[in-house]
Amino acid sequence: MRWLLVAITVVATALSDLLQSYELKRAGEQSVGARGIARLAGMLVRRRYLILSIVCLAFSFFAFMALVQSQPLSFAVPASAASFILETIAAKFVLGEQVGPRRAAGTMLVLGGILLLAR
Amino acid sequence: MSDRPRKTTFGKALGCYHQGVDRTKTVRTYVLVLLFIGLRGFGNLLLAYGTKRLPAVLGVHPAAYLQSVLDPAVAAGIAMLIFSMFTRLALLSRADLSFVLPVTAVGYVLAAVLGTVFLHEHVTAAHWLAAFLIFAGVAVVGSTPQNTTKEAGAQ
Repeated sequence: MRWLLVAITVVATALSDLLQSYELKRAGEQSVGARGIARLAGMLVRRRYLILSIVCLAFSFFAFMALVQSQPLSFAVPASAASFILETIAAKFVLGEQVGPRRAAGTMLVLGGILLLAR
Repeated sequence: MSDRPRKTTFGKALGCYHQGVDRTKTVRTYVLVLLFIGLRGFGNLLLAYGTKRLPAVLGVHPAAYLQSVLDPAVAAGIAMLIFSMFTRLALLSRADLSFVLPVTAVGYVLAAVLGTVFLHEHVTAAHWLAAFLIFAGVAVVGSTPQNTTKEAGAQ
């Protein structure tokens, strides 16, 4: 059961992040002051990819809540980070980001650390 | 079109101006990174603390989730996680997803530390090695450009 919850969390998180990143880059730079949050909240109900990303985020969140209730926090959080590989590959091929050797190497170090944490 | 300062007659002055703007942008990005890591870390801690003391097991029934929000720790955790989501949206509007993901991974170390300190979870030597790997990875990714896509570069 715990790995099913991890899988739902990971796939839903990856989809949500991709949709958010794509839509936010189109929207331009945002801030988190009072006005910035109001603007972001407005965007969340107007932009369809952001709406879809929130649906994915809800799936991810509820699966994570169930996971964190039954498993140690120090397992649940790192295990859910398996979305790293999925998202970095998608960032390169779907979002067109430049994932050079240095960034790829750094990401693999981080991933190695997360996997070690999840053991 | 390149984002680098143009080398015109006013190249030096313009260069200084652009470098100043870049530095401000970088500082703002890292402030958002720190804010996100803190909110997410303590939000998850409150969520874990709150859900673990709930009488009902969270499964597929929505009622149990709705009831869980009545717990003050769960409610506070959710509020912090919602604010962290806004912070992350702002972050993603400024930096690459492939930059944001590893740089905010320090949060995983924070989760292990908070789990140990507040929830008395056991942290092994492997966990500390993992923390070192994550910090090293973040340092490497942090040395790459924050934004490599055309859309945001044009902002």
